[in-house]
Formats: sequence, structure tokens, C-alpha cells
Amino acid sequence: MSEHNGQFEQKDEHQQEHHIVSPVVYGSILLALLVGTGLTVWASYIDLGEWHIAAGLTLFWNPVVALAIACTKMTLVVLFFMHVKYSTKLTKLTVASGFFVFLVLIGMTMSDYFTRAWGRW
Amino acid sequence: MSKSTATANGAAAEVHHEHPPYQRHHFESVEQQADTTNFAMWLFLLTEIMFFGGLFTAYLIMRNWYYPAFVEASHQLNIGWGTANTGVLIVSSFTMAMGVWSAEMRKKGMLVLFLSLTWILGMAFLGIKSIEYHEKWEKHHVPGLHWSDASFLNPASDPEVYKEYHDKPLAPDMAEKAGMYFFLYFAMTGMHALHMIIGISLLTFMIFRARAGAYTTGHVTYVENFGLYWHFVDIIWIFLFPLLYLISRH
Amino acid sequence: MSAATIVSLPDQSTARIPKMNFLTKENGLLSWLLTGDHKRIATLYLISITFFFFIGGALAGLIRLELLTPQTSLMAADTYNKVFTMHGVIMVFLFLVPSVPATIGNFVIPLMVGARDLALPKINLLSWYLYIIAGFMVIYTMAAGGVDTGWTFTSPLSTHYLNTHVISTGLAIFVAGFSSIFTGLNFIVTIHKMRAPGMTWFRLPLFVWSNYAASILMVLGTPVLAITLVLVVLERTVHIGVFDPAYGGDPILFQHLFWFYSHPAVYIMILPGMGVISEVVSTFSRKRVFGYTAVAFSSVAIAVFGFFVWAHHMFIMGISNYAALVFSLLTMLVAVPSAIKIFNWAFTLYKGSITFETPMLYAFGFMGLFTIGGMTGVFLGTTGTDIHLTETYFIVAHFHFVMVGGMLMAFLSGIHFWWPKWTGRMYPEKISQFAAVVTFIGFNFTFFPQFILGTLGMPRRYAAYPPEFQALNVFSTAGATILGVGYLLPILYLTWSLKYGAVAGNNPWQATGLEWQTQSPPLTENFPVIPIMDHEAYDYEWLEKQNLARLRQEEVV
Repeated sequence: MSEHNGQFEQKDEHQQEHHIVSPVVYGSILLALLVGTGLTVWASYIDLGEWHIAAGLTLFWNPVVALAIACTKMTLVVLFFMHVKYSTKLTKLTVASGFFVFLVLIGMTMSDYFTRAWGRW
Repeated sequence: MSKSTATANGAAAEVHHEHPPYQRHHFESVEQQADTTNFAMWLFLLTEIMFFGGLFTAYLIMRNWYYPAFVEASHQLNIGWGTANTGVLIVSSFTMAMGVWSAEMRKKGMLVLFLSLTWILGMAFLGIKSIEYHEKWEKHHVPGLHWSDASFLNPASDPEVYKEYHDKPLAPDMAEKAGMYFFLYFAMTGMHALHMIIGISLLTFMIFRARAGAYTTGHVTYVENFGLYWHFVDIIWIFLFPLLYLISRH
Repeated sequence: MSAATIVSLPDQSTARIPKMNFLTKENGLLSWLLTGDHKRIATLYLISITFFFFIGGALAGLIRLELLTPQTSLMAADTYNKVFTMHGVIMVFLFLVPSVPATIGNFVIPLMVGARDLALPKINLLSWYLYIIAGFMVIYTMAAGGVDTGWTFTSPLSTHYLNTHVISTGLAIFVAGFSSIFTGLNFIVTIHKMRAPGMTWFRLPLFVWSNYAASILMVLGTPVLAITLVLVVLERTVHIGVFDPAYGGDPILFQHLFWFYSHPAVYIMILPGMGVISEVVSTFSRKRVFGYTAVAFSSVAIAVFGFFVWAHHMFIMGISNYAALVFSLLTMLVAVPSAIKIFNWAFTLYKGSITFETPMLYAFGFMGLFTIGGMTGVFLGTTGTDIHLTETYFIVAHFHFVMVGGMLMAFLSGIHFWWPKWTGRMYPEKISQFAAVVTFIGFNFTFFPQFILGTLGMPRRYAAYPPEFQALNVFSTAGATILGVGYLLPILYLTWSLKYGAVAGNNPWQATGLEWQTQSPPLTENFPVIPIMDHEAYDYEWLEKQNLARLRQEEVV
């Protein structure tokens, strides 16, 4: 088929020398995830209070903490179980762009709902 | 590595180039095939992120608007089952990752073991889910099909939940919004469960193939890419759990 | 018009279509229905898309016939609603979205990047089957009585007030959406991973860049449409209330989710067309595209910005003023990359050796009509004017200028441009130029009056209208008749050319691009030897050198 053009394929193939993640890493991540689960359940039973940012704008800490723990767990799964930490830049960019568009969907839609109560100009 | 000769009229002579039997003809190398299919699976997962994204958007808006109803409705979910399911899925992600490791290390027995464990845990998840769904049906908390506002108009009528949370009775217009919560509950966990069922079906197929040694000759892409899918389904649950079960238990 | 032409055909007395090509490789229905060859799948798509285009076109004919008179004369108002809905659904989802990507893109992208096939041939075939299934479901819907919500399924009309076949249409589009997702996914993977040695990103033809950008939109946007349709179906079957104010839901939520896809969808529809125009303008000016990098990046910019502007379809629907402000500002931004392309094509033409073969005629039509359509889009993107112009014929004119004057012209341009590569035969030049001119004239007569109707206040989606609008409507319908002729002619002469067209040879246009360096029609495996790309895109000097070298070789022999 093609003469194996080394100089063009070198970069792609050898950049990621198929890193095999060790079971020890997997085990530690498993532990971290289970601890995170326990933590988030425990936190939901405690009233963590709120932060009055401005008049009519309050931030409740419980959902923030719950989402933060969930995001951390997700990050661990993505980086280690899904090997993204050991993947090419392209994979990392792909994952990032997925999150970005997801956040645009939620964020910009919510921007309509949050500002409806602001009234006329 | 591979050669071919161009004949005068441009047609390639049929040449047998040495490549593993699982390498498709339009790929130059196994590495290219593995790299390509891995990237393709990630793109597919992006579509899944956006697919669930619509549901998350609807949830966030409704939760903001009807917070009291959402709080009381979420109390109706059994936290024991929910936490157990979360644990089940997390462990299944671990066993799946170990399965990928086994395939990479060409250990057929361990691969079959870990895939089977993942399968069992997946079934356990669905089993617990069906217990929970059944309970919802019994309590008339299935909007559109089998619904009653009673538990929210008068929380005391539901003793086992009431003694834990002492919810206040909701006004009728807020009480009916618990129906909105449960619709989103069933839509999101149902969509998630559908993805689990697809995953388990693929796993069944894979276990048979693994036993035949298909994945322990160096061709790990199928297992690896399926693993990505499985972890993704786990991540969805990692978010569904706090959003649905842990709205406020204090 | 000058008689100059760049067409360079082999000696017709001795030239033959190559015996071994992707069409002759295998015979039998199954070899087509189970093929993995991207060129065969592209051919299957071309036939199916043309079929649905004509159904959509017939529905358009019915619309224009009804609008000849101010009263409902031909059909009841309900029926009229069904006609324009099916016209929209078919034209958007079964024609425009897959038009260039699934036909020309499927055919030409692996050739352009120097690969033997797309990355995932089976997924490609699956994509076509999903398209066919969606098509059948739409036909079923029409036969069962149609749907009358408008292609935009606006809630609460679609979710609560109408008793027509919303569910089957919704499911049909759900399936069509996955067809689109799989095509886009395949393209992204192919373009990243299957480029030939030496084919760096900035040596790719701009057609590839445009399809890449459109594919990003397909992959990230379409799933949101899918979940929205699921919610609509659930709303109609189980009455959960997520879009129903009576149950505490919000119809605007439907619109946010729907337009989150449907705005990027318009870029999915136009970007591949812009890619075609880049190729055609370069070839028929004998000049590299001016500002390659700008055009490449503008495609990606359109894709990215396209995600931030969807609520400009919702200015009057009840979103907050502040959201309207933000979305309007962002809409101004998204117009810039499109304008950049128009400027770059204009500068490509400047001091080029321009000839007016059919693809170029369509390309000129595109540049003028898309500019008008695009600019009217900016008028609509400013909230103040949108309040008056939205839901009038101004909108109808706007999107038909960009989609029909723009995209459909680009599609025809591309079909004519790559026809020799696809079939090995040239289409007949004179009649095709005639058809292109007829299309352009017909188009302007049909849709320009609609801008005026819109500013005068005629609402869209109305079967009956105030009598003072009749003259312009009659004018528009007359134009539509001419337009119809313009679209029928290609079917006739392209089919004719399959048997009687001149043999094209490898490179009748003397174009650069890897697809033109191989035989017409191509081999199933595209290239006997995977080429090594050692020159920039649109390198006409390289082409000259190739031709000279070949001539010298032939002399020696």
C-alpha cells in the first residue's frame, strides 16, 4: 500500500506509547470514589448554610458541595478509569469541548430564567 | 511493512499485506485503527453528554422553580437503595477498568472474571432500580400513569418518610409539582437505565467473545471502547444521585 | 459570456470510462445495500435525497398555488398548515441537512484527505439506513394525515393543542438526527486520523475544513434535538407537563432546547455549501483561495459562535430582555466569519482568470444571494427590528435566500463540479448553464417579493391573507414556476449524461486536489498507492509541473 512514511507517522504513534494503568491506581481511585459517595451522603444530612451575596441573591452551600464532590468523582473517573490522563492532547481537547458545550447549554439557558425576574429596563 | 504495485491501468494488484486479521483494510496499521476507533467512541460520548444535557437543563429549571416540592419528593426516594446503587456502579467501573487491564495484559481468565463481575453488578443495579420503581408505583408516585398528591398535601399520611423528615404539608399547587420532580426522576433514571440495559447486552456478547479469546491477542479496542461507554454511564449516575436523592435531607 | 473554458477532456474518439471502478467492482443489489464503500453510500444518499427533495418541492408548489388567492381556495387552512409543515420538515431534515455532507462529502472527503475510505464504513452505511427509515416514517406521517405544527414544533401548540401526527414526525426526526450524528462523527474521525502522509491541516482543501466544522455542530448539537423530541413525545403520551404551564412547565423551555440545535443546524446546512464554493471559485478563477487560513478558521469560528446565539429565534416568545440583549449582541458576532468568507472569495476572483462553467454560475448565484440572505439575517438579529419582522414573510424570504439561494445553489454547484469525478462523464454544458440562469431568475422572482410582503406585514404560515398582498404573491408564485423548471432540468440532463455525456478523464477542470489525481469514476480503494502530499492546497503551479512532466513522459514513449 504505502511506503511506511516514518517521518509523518512518528509523532502520532509514539506520543502515546499505550500506557497501561496499574490495578493499584484503579484500586485507589475506587476507594476515593466510595469515600466521596459517603461524604456526599453525610453532607446532605447537615445544613451547610448559605451565602448572601447581594439582595435577593443567595447561594446555598449544600448543592454546591454536592456538585463539587460529584465533579471531583467524575474527574477521577475520566482521568484514570477512562485513561484521559494518559491520552493524547486530542482526546483531552475532545472531552473539554464536550463539557464546554454542555455548560453553554445549561448556562445560557439559565441566563434567560435567572433574568426574567429582573423586570423591564 | 505492506506493499502494493500499481499496474498500468491504475488498478491495484490484489496483494496480501501482512496485517492482523482484525485490522480493517482501510487502515494502514493496527495503531491507526485503535486510535481512530477510540476517538470515535469519545465523540459518541460527547453526543451522550449533550443528550442528557437537555434533561439536566429541564431539571435545573424545575428544581429552581419548585424547590419545596422537589425537596419533599426527593425524601420519597430511599437513600439506602440510592447509595447502594451508587456503590454498585462505582465498583462496576472498577471491575470494568480491571477488565481492560486484563485484556491489555492478555490474561483471558481474569478478563472473563472482571467482565462477568461487571455484568453482575450491572444487573444488581437494575435489580435495585426495579425495586425502587416498584415502590414508586405502589405509593402512587408515577406521574401521568399512577399519581396521587396525597403524600405531599399531607406528609403525615406516609409514616416511614414522615418520621425521618417531618415534612410540612404543601399547598395544592406546590404539591402537584412533586409530579414534575417524579417525571424528571423517571425520565432521567429511565434514560440512564436504558443505557445500562444496552451496556449489559453488549457485555453479554463480550463475555462470550472474551471466553473465545477474541480480546486477549492484542486487540483490546473493543473492550477499551466499551469501557469508556460503561464509565460514562457511571458518571451520569454520579450526578443523578446527588441531584435526585440528596436535594436536602436535613 | 466568453467562450473561454478551462475544460480539458481526453480525446473523445479513444477515451473510455475505466473498466474497473467503484461502480463496476461488484454487481447486484446486495453489493449496494451492504456496501462499506463511501462512494456507493454517497450514491445511495444522492438518489434518496433527490427523491425527498422533489416531494418537498411538490409541497412547495402546493403552498405557492394556495397563496395565489387571498382566501383559502385550494385547501382548508388546516391542510395548508400540514403542507407547509411537511415542506419544512422534509426540506430541512431530509434534504438540506444531509445534502452536501452525505452526498458530496461522503464521496469526496476520503479522496481529498488521501484515505481509502471513511474511518467507520459500517457506521456510514448505518447512517444511510437511518435516513431511509426516517424517510419512511415521514412518508407514513404524510399518508396518515400529516402534521400541522410547523417544522419548528412550537409548544404548547405541538404538545397540547393539536391532534395531528406529532409523535410519528418527532420520532422520524429523532432517527434522522442520528443519521446526521453518525455522518458528522465519521467525518471528524476521518479528518483527524486518516489523512495521507504530508497532508497537514493547512494543506487540506477548504471543503474539508467546512465539513469538519459542520460535523462538530452535528455531533454536539443534534443530540439536544433528540432529547427535545423525546420530551415532546412523552409530553403528548404521558402528559407530564414539562412544557405545560398548567402543570408548572414552561413552553419556552421547549424552544430553548429546540433552537439550541436548530440554530447550529442552519450552520450545519450552510457550511458544507460554503466549502463547495471555495473549491469552485478557486478552480474557475485558476487562483488559490485568498486568505486560506482566514477561510479555514472562519469555518470553525462559525461552528463555535453558532452555539451561542440560538435565542435570537425567540426574541418575541417571552425570554427576558437581558437574555435578548446578550443573544442579539452575539448574533452580530456570528455574522462576521460568514462575511469574511464572502470577502475572501471576492478577493480570490480579483485578478483571476474567470470562466463561467455551470458550477461557477451557481457559485456566483450563491455569493450574491447568500450575501443578501445573510445581511437580512443581521436585520433580524437586532431585537428592535426583529419584533416587527419576525413571523412575517421577511423571515421566510431571509431563510429561503440563505438556504435556497445559498445552500441549494451550492449543492447544485458541487454536484455539477464533481459529477465528472463521480460518473466519469461530463454533463452537457449549454443546457446546464441555461438551467442555472433559469434557477437564478426564478429564485429572485419567487423570494424577493417576500421581503417586501414581510415588511408590509404579511404573516407567515397563513393560508389566507389581506387582499392587498395578492399582487406580490402572484408574482412570487409565477417565479416559483420558473424555479421549478430550473430544478427539473438537471434531473433530465444529468440522467442523460450517464449514458451520453462526454468521457471526462481524470481532471476535466484541471483542478488541484487529490481527488482529481485519480481516475473518474474512482477505484473502490480510491488510490492504487496512497499519495504523499507534498504541496500546498490550490497549488496551480504544482499542477502545471505535473502536466508538463506527464507530457514529457508521453513524448518519450
